Amino acid sequence: MMSGKILYSYTGIFDTPDQIMHAAEKAVETGYTKYDVNTPYPLHGMDKAMKLKPSKLGYVALVFGLSGTLATLLTIWWMSAIDYPIVIGGKPLFSFPAYVPIIFEVTVLSAAIMTVVSMLFFFFKLPNNSHPLHGTEYMKKVSADKYGISIQADDPKFNEAAVKKFLESVHASEIIPIYWDEEEISHKNKILEPKFIMFLIVVAVITSGVTYFSFNKLMYMVPFDWMMNQPKLSAQQQSPIFADGFGMRQPVAGTIARGSMVYQFKGQPDLAGVKLVNPIPISKESLALGQVKFDIYCSPCHGYNADGVSRLRGQFPNPPSLHSDKVRNWSDGRIFAVVTEGQNTMPSYASQLSFDERWAVINYLRALQRALNAKESDVQ
Amino acid sequence: MSTVDYTQELSVIEGKPPLRVLDDLISKPIDAKPTRKFFIALTISGSMLSLLVIGLGLTFYYGIGMWGNNIPVGWAFDITNFVFWVGIGHAGTLISAILFLLRQKWRTGIARFAEGMTIFAVMTAGLFPLIHVGRPWLAAYLFPYPNQHSIWVNFDSPLLWDVFAVSTYFIVSLIFWYVGLIPDFATLRERTNNKIKKITYSIFGLGWRFSNKHWQHYEMVYLILAGFATPLVLSVHTIVSFDFAVSIIPGWHATIFPPYFVAGAVFSGFAMVQNVLIIVRKIFNYEHIITLDTLEKMNKIMLLTGSMVGYAYAMEFFIAWYSGLPIERFTFVNRAFGSYAWAYWVMISCNVISPQLFWSKKIRRTIPVMFVIAIFVNIGMWFERFVIIVSSLSRDFLPSSWHLFTPTYVDFMILIGSFGFFFTWLLLFTKALPVVSMAEVKATVTGSQPSHKDH
Ligand code: HEC
Repeated sequence: MMSGKILYSYTGIFDTPDQIMHAAEKAVETGYTKYDVNTPYPLHGMDKAMKLKPSKLGYVALVFGLSGTLATLLTIWWMSAIDYPIVIGGKPLFSFPAYVPIIFEVTVLSAAIMTVVSMLFFFFKLPNNSHPLHGTEYMKKVSADKYGISIQADDPKFNEAAVKKFLESVHASEIIPIYWDEEEISHKNKILEPKFIMFLIVVAVITSGVTYFSFNKLMYMVPFDWMMNQPKLSAQQQSPIFADGFGMRQPVAGTIARGSMVYQFKGQPDLAGVKLVNPIPISKESLALGQVKFDIYCSPCHGYNADGVSRLRGQFPNPPSLHSDKVRNWSDGRIFAVVTEGQNTMPSYASQLSFDERWAVINYLRALQRALNAKESDVQ
Repeated sequence: MSTVDYTQELSVIEGKPPLRVLDDLISKPIDAKPTRKFFIALTISGSMLSLLVIGLGLTFYYGIGMWGNNIPVGWAFDITNFVFWVGIGHAGTLISAILFLLRQKWRTGIARFAEGMTIFAVMTAGLFPLIHVGRPWLAAYLFPYPNQHSIWVNFDSPLLWDVFAVSTYFIVSLIFWYVGLIPDFATLRERTNNKIKKITYSIFGLGWRFSNKHWQHYEMVYLILAGFATPLVLSVHTIVSFDFAVSIIPGWHATIFPPYFVAGAVFSGFAMVQNVLIIVRKIFNYEHIITLDTLEKMNKIMLLTGSMVGYAYAMEFFIAWYSGLPIERFTFVNRAFGSYAWAYWVMISCNVISPQLFWSKKIRRTIPVMFVIAIFVNIGMWFERFVIIVSSLSRDFLPSSWHLFTPTYVDFMILIGSFGFFFTWLLLFTKALPVVSMAEVKATVTGSQPSHKDH
């Protein structure tokens, strides 16, 4: 240990590829194990000369490639056949041929990424810019046009005199010792260094600022605003185009909208009871529709069975049962009048229920009435 | 393990230059201050790029109604440009991966540059699918990620395959490129005296030590990557062609599409690489690295792929007639004699007729002539995609929905701008990184490999 420095290796430089091949072969013969050959480009046959074992990275590629294949297959299967099964173009939920392209791409992707990552970070332990060979004349030469061998001090057979002699015997020029860099060995990472803390603070401020801006400001600016800002009128908006200033318009006088009908018996429920005839025959569909609408619109007050068992718990005048003789003897048209116009405290349901839906509700109500007041003949 | 037998063939590098001279020559454009010529070139490409920026700004603000697209021509310049640029990229991977596997030594001089072009071309191509969705900031929807809508993407759709193919292609090309660059970064690190450059190269060079224990794995990985990139590049344009072939539009629904598209991609890619290399070798004095022999070999590949493309055109017509389907027949007659006949004949004369001149050895070795032919090929290949997309869409099954496409000024701004985007990246690349692989070129110089006489 001269001058307190720790020796890393002894290096020798060669001018031709043949010389370095020879030196590498001799180094193996002498029995050195911890040595390296540095050349500006791969030399062919050097792996044999150095007796290196074949690279295992091929297996890494195989394993990660196949894992990619399998993982993608399973993921796609789970996504399209299990988690969100939806038939597309009449194809089966799990349509393997269509998945081949993506499975192939992910296989290649995972194999390529993982092979390179394992080579650089696990096999080579890079990045490593503090290796003793860095920053030396030796490295400058072997990176350009010279070939070098470096025999490390931690080799079991290492002996300064012998190594020097060995390098001379293979005709190396410039036999130079390389030392560990004091500073690099004793260097400690100081996490609390003010510079580092400042850096962290700046990063934090910028990240939160950008995040705040994009979520709270940017997302409300055109064109990022989810198309909220459109040149059209929404319901209840003003419009300067019309004299009355309303955006919403009445139908043109004398016309009615497709599918809607005019109720002719306003204020005349009894006349409606006489004149209006239920046009919807009782059927499975009509009863089903009637049940849905009844349960939504009528049952909160009148109860699911129309027996006046309200779910409003007295917050509203209790409605009567619809099984009274009065209602049972009413014609469908008379009930229609109540639903359409309301009656005293009961509001109108004209805007919630279309004509057909009102008739369906009435059909269903009839079925309920019949169920509670079955005739002898119904049992037979 | 020896991947490439460098001792057999003659050297691709003319003469026997000392290795240090090669290093100097290759890193000269990086070390020297940018010249006037460089700034002129950058100004031109930069102005073209600004057209793209304005065109995209108009598109994003007012929506894609700024383009000439209509119903039924929902794809027009956007997808034409996309297919064109992806195709340009294919030559780079072909040169770096397929020719590597085929032990074609002449690739070493041009591989790095062509790979760079691949990356920039795929970046340019990637713009188009993104912008043509109208709101590209929502493009993450294209990937299957767990989301609040609790739905997944449609794995049966060729458009989704495309997302995976193009993004995989970009990432793998980038990795391949970077792995090739690591030793060169290390060489540059050792050469430079500039502190900032040294730090940058040290970071990107990862502390590479030129160790032969590393070179051995490195060559293995390079071989593996080449092995992956080869089927990958074939798959990418195959999948791009599925965007058309899997649909049922007349003129698209054809099984010949995958090989036909791949051949076309290589064809146009080689034309572009050849064009750019002719300029690069002149400006940087790389005549001895990118030799006339190399250019001639590229011309031969163009002749081959150009003939394949010509065969595909003929075969499409034959199948249209042979199928007996009136609509299919109509589509092809309409291509050659309908509203877009002019585009069709531009395509035929540029793609089928002009490369046939390469049968003559003299033309193959005359730089100005091959430069012009390659430009024609690029024009022709752009029109090929235009013809396929627009002529088929504008005349689909229902005559009542027929509609012609007329590009708007925004369409042209984006088209010209895409060239600006590509060339700006390329120019910056020539100033920032070694455009020829130093390690690979040095390994191919005569006498740079052991003579193995004592074996
Ligand atoms: C907000 C609670 C409420 C809802 C919902 C409601 N009703 Fe009524 N309904 C009443 C009240 C209260 C009366 C009694 C009105 C009165 O005092 O005359 C009534 C009366 C009636 C009558 C007349 C009964 C009679 O004896 O005079 C009929 C028929 C009727 N409702 C049918 C319906 C139908 C059908 C629906 C569903 C479309 C419905 N109601 C929804 C509160 C409601």
